[in-house]
Amino acid sequence: MASIRELHQQLINNERSAVEITQAALDRIQALEPKLHSFLQVTADQALQQAQQVDAKRAAGEDVGLLAGIPIAIKDNICTRGVRTTCASRILENFVPPYEATVTQKLIDAGAVMVGKTNLDEFAMGGSTETSAFQLTANPWDTSRVPGGSSGGSAAAVAAGECPIAIGSDTGGSIRQPASFCGIVGMKPTYGLVSRYGLVAFASSLDQIGPFARSVEDAAILLGAIAGHDPMDSTSLKVEIPDYTQFLIPDLKGKKVGVIQETFGEGLDPDVEKSVRQAIQQLEDLGAEIHDISCPRFRYGIAAYYIIAPSEASANLARYDGVKYGIRTEDAENLMEMYTRTRAQGFGSEVKRRIMIGTYALSAGYYDAYYLQAQKVRTLIKQDFEQAFNQVDVLVSPTAPTPAFKAGDKSADPLSMYLVDLMTIPVNLAGLPGMSIPCGFSETGLPIGLQLIGNVLREDQVFQAAYAYEQATDWHTRSPQLDTGNEPPKQQKKAGKQRG
Amino acid sequence: MTSAAPAKTQYEAVIGLETHCQLNTATKIFSTSSTKFGEPPNTLIDPVCMGLPGTLPVLNQKVLEYAVKTGLALNCQIASYSKFDRKQYFYPDLPKNYQISQYDLPIAEHGWLEIELVDKETSTVTRKRIGITRLHMEEDAGKLVHGGSDRLAGSTYSLVDYNRAGVPLLEIVSEPDIRSGQEAAEYAQELRRILQYLGVSDGNMQEGSLRCDVNISVRPAGQQEFGTKVEIKNMNSFNAIQRAIEYEIERQIEAVESGERIIQETRLWEEGSQRTISMRVKEGSSDYRYFPEPDLGPIEVSSEQLEDWRSQLPELPAQKRHHYETELGLSAYDARVLTGDRAIAEYFEATIAAGAPAKPAANWIMGEISAHLNSNTSLTINDLPLQPESLAELIGLIEDRTISNAAAKNILPELLEKGGSAKAIVERDGLGQISDQGALETAIAEVLTENPKELNQYRNGKTKLLGFFVGQVMKKTGGRADPKLTNQLLAKKLNS
Repeated sequence: MASIRELHQQLINNERSAVEITQAALDRIQALEPKLHSFLQVTADQALQQAQQVDAKRAAGEDVGLLAGIPIAIKDNICTRGVRTTCASRILENFVPPYEATVTQKLIDAGAVMVGKTNLDEFAMGGSTETSAFQLTANPWDTSRVPGGSSGGSAAAVAAGECPIAIGSDTGGSIRQPASFCGIVGMKPTYGLVSRYGLVAFASSLDQIGPFARSVEDAAILLGAIAGHDPMDSTSLKVEIPDYTQFLIPDLKGKKVGVIQETFGEGLDPDVEKSVRQAIQQLEDLGAEIHDISCPRFRYGIAAYYIIAPSEASANLARYDGVKYGIRTEDAENLMEMYTRTRAQGFGSEVKRRIMIGTYALSAGYYDAYYLQAQKVRTLIKQDFEQAFNQVDVLVSPTAPTPAFKAGDKSADPLSMYLVDLMTIPVNLAGLPGMSIPCGFSETGLPIGLQLIGNVLREDQVFQAAYAYEQATDWHTRSPQLDTGNEPPKQQKKAGKQRG
Repeated sequence: MTSAAPAKTQYEAVIGLETHCQLNTATKIFSTSSTKFGEPPNTLIDPVCMGLPGTLPVLNQKVLEYAVKTGLALNCQIASYSKFDRKQYFYPDLPKNYQISQYDLPIAEHGWLEIELVDKETSTVTRKRIGITRLHMEEDAGKLVHGGSDRLAGSTYSLVDYNRAGVPLLEIVSEPDIRSGQEAAEYAQELRRILQYLGVSDGNMQEGSLRCDVNISVRPAGQQEFGTKVEIKNMNSFNAIQRAIEYEIERQIEAVESGERIIQETRLWEEGSQRTISMRVKEGSSDYRYFPEPDLGPIEVSSEQLEDWRSQLPELPAQKRHHYETELGLSAYDARVLTGDRAIAEYFEATIAAGAPAKPAANWIMGEISAHLNSNTSLTINDLPLQPESLAELIGLIEDRTISNAAAKNILPELLEKGGSAKAIVERDGLGQISDQGALETAIAEVLTENPKELNQYRNGKTKLLGFFVGQVMKKTGGRADPKLTNQLLAKKLNS
C-alpha cells in the first residue's frame, strides 16, 4: 500500500490523478465495507469534487502540498460543515454542523480528500467501538474481533487500506489502543498541540485529536498538517510547529529509553510481553541506553480517570436535551418529560453510566472526596512522569496488554482490562505525547503495539525512536489478508468492553 | 397609676443586594456575536453561544478589563489568579445546560461603596459604606417567551430567543449592610452611576441590563442572629426596589408579630398591585455541581496590567461630589444632581473650565438645560448644539451685566436649538442691557407722562405701584433696561 510520499510522487509524475487516487480508495471502501463497517458515512461525491479541485490546481500549474489529493477518513466526533456528524449516537443522528472543525479545515486547506466519517464508540466512550449506536466495526486482521476503540473505524479503515491515513481522538487511549489492535501507527500529541475546536467534547481536559497512518513518516506528515495554535481553542498551545519529518533519523545512539516497570506484570499476554521485550532489545541494538523506570502512581490512573472523565462528560453532554438540535422525543407532556425521554431514548447505556458517575462525583458532599481527590492523583502521576523524564528521553510500554479480543467477548480477564487502561490513561492525565507502533504479532496472527511516550511537546523524541525502530523492522509492511469477494453475515450488536 | 402598655418591639431589616449587570462590550463574552438589544429573535447567535457540539469558549478580553475596572472602582481586591467554573442546571434558555460563571475564585472581592442619604426635611446628608462581598464574570442566558401563559408552568409551548445568551454579565453581591428601602435604592443608583462613569454598562433597568435581586429578613433590633431570608425579584426601577423592600419589611414584621414563621422563598414584586407574591419555596439549597471550566485557562492579571487599568479609571461619582462641595462650594444637593450623570458632570466641568463661576453654571444646567433635555427624551446633553463654552459666554454676559437674566432666558432657546455664540446673538438682536442713565431717564419720563392716573395714585401714597412703573419701563425698552438702575432712577423721579 502506497505511502503519502509515494502517492504524492504518482500525482506529481502524472501517473495518477487525484480523482483516480480517490476513486481507488472509494472502490476499496465499497468492496470492504460490507465486511468491516468502518465508515458511518462515505462522502464519495464531496471527495471526488475535492480531488477534482486538486487536479484543476495542478492543471493550472500550481504546486500542491504533500497531502493534496490524499484520501483521509475522519472520526465521526469531529464536526464537518454540511456533513452529518453523529458521534455514533442516536441523539445526534440528524446533526449537521454549520461549521468546520479547525483540524478538518486545515486538512481541506492542505488539499486532503475526506472520503468519509468513521465509526466510534458512542461519544468516544469505550475501547472496542462496540458502544456505537449504529454498527459494529470489524478488525481487518480477524473480522470476528474488535478493532479497538474508541477510534476503531479510523484504525480499521487505515489497516485495511480503505485510505492511507485517518484522524482519531484520544481521551484515555482511543487512538493508541485501536492502532495497536489494527497493527498501524497511531499518535496522541501533547495536550493542546492540536486544536479541539469542532471535536465534540467527551472529557475536555483529556481529549486530543491525532493521526493514524501505516508508517511513522505518514503520521509525522499528518500531525504537522493538523497541529498549531488556534485562537478558537483557549487550551491550544502557542508554539511553533516544526516539520516533524526532520526528526525521522534511523539512529538512537545516545538516546535514553525508559521501560515502565509497572506495565509488565500479571495480566500481560505472553505474546505481547515477548514482542515488546524484543522491541526493547531492538531499540538497544539501535544504540539506545535502556533504563528500568518505575512510575509507582500509575496504578491510580484508572481510578482518577474514571472520576475526571465522567465528571467532565456529565457537563459536556448536558446540552443534548432535545431543545436545539439532535433528536427530540415525540410524546413529551412537559419540559421535564421532554428532557428525560429525549435523553433516555438518545443515549446508549455506556454513555448513561458515565453521565451518572460524573453527576454523582460532582454532587455536593462528594466533590472533595472524588473530583478533588482525583485531581490530586492526576498531579502525582504528572510528577512521576516528570521524574522519569529527568532520566530518559522516551518511555516505552506495551500499548495494550492483549491483542484484539473477540466482539462481544465477556470472558476477558478483568485484570487484562485493568492493564489496558493502566498503560494509556496516565499519558492523557499528564497531557503527554504517546504513540503506538506495530512491534509484532501474536501466535494467532494478531498485531501487537509498542507504546512510546515523550515529555511535554517532545514529539520529536517519540518520532525519532519510532522511526528508527520501524526502519529496523518490517512489521509495518504487513497487511491483513482481506477477501473482498464475499458478503459476510451481518454482525449482531452485543454489549462489549468499555473504555475511553 | 398609668397602665403599662407592653413596649412595642422595634424591628430591623437586614438587606443584601445581588446585582446582575450586562456589560456593553461589542461582542459576547465567549464568542463574536453582537450584544445589541432589541434585535429580531435568534439573529445575534453563533455556534459558540448556542453551545453547539464541539464549540469552545474564548474569553473576550474586554470583559476581563471591565470586570477589573469595576472591581477597582468598588474598592475590591483584584484576584491575581482567578478561574471560570461550570454552574450546572437544566433550563431551555441555557444552551449548554451549564452556565460559565465563577465560583470559588471570583475576579474581585472585599470591596465597598459609599451611599449618601439625604433627609428631605432637613437636607442633611448622611454617608454610609455598604460592603461588596464579591464581583464575578459570567454569561447571560437566553430568553423564553411562553405561549398560553406568562410563565413556563401552564404554558402550552415556549419559544426561545438566544440573542441574550452569552452577553457578558458582572454579578455584584453586597454584604447584608443595607437597612431600608431607601438605602437599597441609593446603593443600586450609586452602583449604576459607577458603572456608567466607567463606561462599562448602560445600567438600563427597563431593558434588563441592570437587574437587582434583594435578600431581606427582619429581626428585633439588637438581636445578633439573622431572621429567615426571603429573596425578591422583578423590580424594574430604583423606586420599585425601594417600595418592594418597604412592602416586604411591613409584611415580614406583621407576620412575625402575628406569630407566623417566615419561610425561605423567592417572591416576585408586582408593580400593578404594589406587593410581593410568592413565586417558589426553596427546599434546601440547589446543587449546581460547580467544577472548574476545563475549556478556559486560569485568569491571571499581572500587576502591570492592573496598574494600567487603575490609571485609566475616571473620577468616580463620590469623588466628584466631594470635589464639587469642597472645592467648588456647591451644596450637597447640587453636587448630587450634577454628578448623577457623567455626561452632565463633564458638561458642567467644561462650562467652568471655559470661565463660568460654579454656582450659576450649576443653576443653568440643573434648571433650563435639564428642563429642555427632559422635554426631549431622545436628546442627551452630548447632543446639545449649545456647547459648554457658549454657555460660559452667556453666563459671563449676565455676570458683567451686559444682558439681564430675562434676556438670557429669551435667547437660550435659540442657543439650545442651533448653538453658536451667545455674544453674537446679543449683538445681532441688540439685547445689550441699557445702563445709560440719560436713555433710562428719557424712558422713565415718557412712562410717567403716559400714566398720569397711576402717577397720581403713587404720589398719594400707593407706593406699591413702583413695580408697575418698572414693568412699563421694561416694556418700553424691550426688557433691556438695567433693573437695578431703573429702580433707583424711578424712585428718585417719583419721589421728587
